[in-house]
Amino acid sequence: MSMRLLRLFGGREATAPVARERLQILLAHERGLLGQSDLLVTLREEILAVVSKHIQLDPDKVMVKLERGKTVSTLEVDIEVPNNFDKKAAGERRMAG
Amino acid sequence: MAKVLVVTSGKGGVGKTTSTAALGAALAQSGQNVVVVDFDVGLRNLDLVMGAERRVVFDLINVVQGVAKLPQALIRDKRLENLWLLPASQTRDKDALTDEGVGRVIAELKSRFDWILCDSPAGIERGATLAMRYADEAVIVTNPEVSSVRDSDRIIGMLDSKTVRAERGERVEKHVLITRYDPARAARGEMLNIDDILEILATPLLGIIPESQDVLKASNVGTPVTLNNAESAPARAYIDASRRLMGEEVAMVVPAERKGFMDRLLGRRAA
Repeated sequence: MSMRLLRLFGGREATAPVARERLQILLAHERGLLGQSDLLVTLREEILAVVSKHIQLDPDKVMVKLERGKTVSTLEVDIEVPNNFDKKAAGERRMAG
Repeated sequence: MAKVLVVTSGKGGVGKTTSTAALGAALAQSGQNVVVVDFDVGLRNLDLVMGAERRVVFDLINVVQGVAKLPQALIRDKRLENLWLLPASQTRDKDALTDEGVGRVIAELKSRFDWILCDSPAGIERGATLAMRYADEAVIVTNPEVSSVRDSDRIIGMLDSKTVRAERGERVEKHVLITRYDPARAARGEMLNIDDILEILATPLLGIIPESQDVLKASNVGTPVTLNNAESAPARAYIDASRRLMGEEVAMVVPAERKGFMDRLLGRRAA
């Protein structure tokens, strides 16, 4: 209400600085993510290779996500593992040994 | 040396088609041989803005697929003999365009014209990527509004990675064209100002087109705004922009600020 009154008397909100700041933060984030796509592809491939040594995986069920925060970023790795994985791994280990 | 220029934006409704028609006409008015090519397959509108909608027989897809020869599909402007239109198809979808086919048509156009202006569809899919694919230069049409600036940033990233020039390690020369600008609102801090937009996009400015009723009036009658009323504020801004494209140094005139009654009364100044 006070805002409306203020506007009525000729005082207007300068919203452009808010727009500018929001854009700067957002674009820094988006450019970072797009620029990092090669890193993510590499990470995904190498993680997949390491885990595949021990567990048989469907490559389509491996998700690697990078979330950028202001101070800390998180790397999220989500791998779907089939339920009978331990048998196979044990079998392979026996064969190797 | 023929130049291929894509007029693009990411976001829809910011003025790509209006700007393609106005810049194409302005370049032709100064004696250049110009063709404007509509890449918005399925939703063509450049023919309508150019006032040639009843003269379309063959289109870009027909030429890409070899159904028609290029001269059969080119439509000469009724007002300027060195301005031509290659329309998009209204019935086909964008998948009918192939990279190789578009490359062939662009190469043929380059042998006939000084300027090839490609009017990109909105979005970042096939039509938009093919419109920019063979570009030497790009005009990124941006409104002083957050969603438009964000999409322009995305398109700039694509121009730097998905074009033939980028893949060869060369640069696509990029320019920002700010449209629908209202200097009074920007001065009151209600609209992103020019410096903010340029700083965020880190791309040089080609021109500032003021918000104006003349743009709508021109599209109503199917005439590029630079031909319909060359003295109007948007026409002058487009003509200046076209001269900058030709390499001329033209002072950047920010459309005059007209102060409202309250602003004058309170002596408010630009933020």
